[in-house]
Amino acid sequence: MIKTIKIGTASCGLAAGAGELLEILRKEAGDIPVLEVGCIGHCYAEPLLELVTDSGSVFYSNVKADEKSIRSVLSLAPEGRFSIPEKRSSKEMLKVTRLAGKIDPVSYDAYKAEGGFSALEKALAMSSDALVDEIKKSGLRGRGGGGFPTGNKWQFLAAKKADQKILICNADEGDPGAFMDRSLMESVPYQVLEGMLIGAHATGATKLFIYCRAEYPLAIRNLKLAIKELEKRGITTIGNRKVEVIIKEGAGAFVCGEETSMIASLEGRRGTPRFRPPFPTDSGYMGYPTAINNVETFGNIPLIVREGAAAFASVGTEKSKGTKIFALAGDIKCPGLAEVPMGITLAEIVYDIGGAEPGTVKAVQTGGPSGGCIPADKFNTPVDYDSLNALGAIMGSGGLIVIGQNRCMVEAARYFLDFTHRESCGKCTFCRVGTKRMFETLERITKGDGLETDVPFLEDLGKKIKKGSLCGLGQTAPNPVLATIRYFKNEYDAHVKEKKCPALECGPLVDVAIDKSNCIKCKLCIKNCPVGAVSDSFVIDNSKCTRCNSCIEVCPKKTISRVEKGSGYSAVSGQL
Amino acid sequence: MQDFSYLSAAGKERGALIKGLQMVQEKEGYISDAAISAVASHFALSEAEVEGVVSFYAQFKRNKPGKHQIAVCDGTACHIKGSTLIQEWISAETGIKAGETDADGFFSLSTVACLGCCSLAPVMSINGKVYGKLDRKALISILKNLRKNG
Ligand SMILES: Cc1cc2nc3c(=O)[nH]c(=O)nc-3n(C[C@H](O)[C@H](O)[C@H](O)COP(=O)(O)O)c2cc1C
Ligand code: FES
Repeated sequence: MIKTIKIGTASCGLAAGAGELLEILRKEAGDIPVLEVGCIGHCYAEPLLELVTDSGSVFYSNVKADEKSIRSVLSLAPEGRFSIPEKRSSKEMLKVTRLAGKIDPVSYDAYKAEGGFSALEKALAMSSDALVDEIKKSGLRGRGGGGFPTGNKWQFLAAKKADQKILICNADEGDPGAFMDRSLMESVPYQVLEGMLIGAHATGATKLFIYCRAEYPLAIRNLKLAIKELEKRGITTIGNRKVEVIIKEGAGAFVCGEETSMIASLEGRRGTPRFRPPFPTDSGYMGYPTAINNVETFGNIPLIVREGAAAFASVGTEKSKGTKIFALAGDIKCPGLAEVPMGITLAEIVYDIGGAEPGTVKAVQTGGPSGGCIPADKFNTPVDYDSLNALGAIMGSGGLIVIGQNRCMVEAARYFLDFTHRESCGKCTFCRVGTKRMFETLERITKGDGLETDVPFLEDLGKKIKKGSLCGLGQTAPNPVLATIRYFKNEYDAHVKEKKCPALECGPLVDVAIDKSNCIKCKLCIKNCPVGAVSDSFVIDNSKCTRCNSCIEVCPKKTISRVEKGSGYSAVSGQL
Repeated sequence: MQDFSYLSAAGKERGALIKGLQMVQEKEGYISDAAISAVASHFALSEAEVEGVVSFYAQFKRNKPGKHQIAVCDGTACHIKGSTLIQEWISAETGIKAGETDADGFFSLSTVACLGCCSLAPVMSINGKVYGKLDRKALISILKNLRKNG
């Protein structure tokens, strides 16, 4: 007997087709209640259904939106069932994400029934001092990237006397390739809000902002619904203070994730950072004392209060306590979210949880455009703030992009500098002009016009940009370049000295050719080439070809591929 | 004269300027010159100051977008998974590059830093609906279907 059907309709589920599936499911399910839930982290398996039966739950993955597939699921057929790989479940530790994808995200009652708001209740019975002390004892460090101890930050704000104090939730999630915060806000908005309200009690904050990137409409919707519900129930009144909770939508600027920029943006100005001191806790939003914490940081707070600082601190390493949520994406079998205890190794995350085959992975990028890459031979490194720093990477906010053997690291570095030079707000010369020069240099190298002096130039300029920038954007922008030079110098050399891209990724450094021995002359390549580069006798003219891969994609026999520059035909230079 | 009276819902505080601009873009699809003037007078700011804020944030468009607004994700995960090619294929199919709208105002194309659906990379969104695990075939059939259905 099926009691309830749960369907994951977070953004990742919807992008995989859960919306269409839900429509048909509602029709086919008859009297069985269908419940929309958030994301359980197994994004690769979306759309994902959980059928709750008398004898436990049965999961189905990659369910197609047609009646036949849904009827098969409703009959509890053995085909298409999904279970969490044992290798993965033994490494994960679901604490902060315990309820994600398990409950209706916007139902107050559902959250409450799972112990929600018991932490707030417990916190309100404590003095602010005792509460700040508890957070300090837990050892919680900010999950937004900096790793600053949360308890200390709260203590600064709590010590301030002012008629208004501001607490901001940083939900800008600017690292492109990270989605931990999105998932928490979409799947367990009440938990994030509970953490913020506990923060309001601890610090005496009177106004709470959530600064959420506009690209997350579903997160914004769920938070708004949850805030309304809390206001209706009087839960936003802390002691005898009514605390205002305000959602502000970002407008697409990476630098606004930086604290002082975010404050400028909240005030309705261009989001440029300013010199510190004064620190936001001294003078922040509209001059009021202000503290900023990340979404996941707030998501950890109810857990710490509920279970106690000691229990929290029993997980993790000496200096990095608790769990961390990672967003796995890139060249792996099982992209998604994984919550793991601090101190686990990268190998365990990439191979056991992400399902990547050893040998297929070249590196991982942590910390996004501010971070660095870590080559596969260093994957036995424990994941904590200090070990990653030692490798020239950073923990970052939790985005973890797996880079396969067939990718070009110089192109990856070029990509990051393309991003940062455009996102630089322009205030500091080294950041504004310096990142542009680095980008142009990398662009030149990937086009095959690199000079012998380019790599030393990048290293030198990178160091200067780090020193000459006011905020974290410029201070970290050169990291992806410096890290790739450190670990993949050979790839730079191949581009600069031999004008070759070993991974065959950089368009100007490759040719495209047809292996005629397997060609069945179906002409799909000729029909699909946008520039008419394939001749009637199935020869690709590389002087016309734009390397758009269209022919490679359409060839049914996979006879077309990228080859080393010079080994394909070119009408200009003749056939080799 | 266009009517921008709905701006009053944003309030008059400077802190609501971005919100006001977002309301305009939601309604009109972009920020026109007329909108810049209207927003400036609503918040009692100079037009230059409003323009300065508009140009700072990538979200704000100064050109009229097409009926179907394609946003290709070029975040890290999508880039690794070939978003450059996705953009090329869309350009080949629609004849427009990022930042442009086609002649009949049907498609417009832009890039976005990350839609948070990185696990389904490469992804794009069209008028807010996200499409994941794109390849050339899926992409072209999505665009062709939109053309067919108008
Ligand atoms: C350029 C730049 C971008 C940032 N982007 C984010 C972000 O998107 N989300 C975030 O939580 N922190 C971001 N940070 C870090 C924040 O400035 C800040 O340290 C953090 O929100 C503090 O919260 P925590 O102590 O809870 O981590 C960014 C910092 C810089 C310099
Ligand atoms: S990188 Fe494309 S959705 Fe995140």
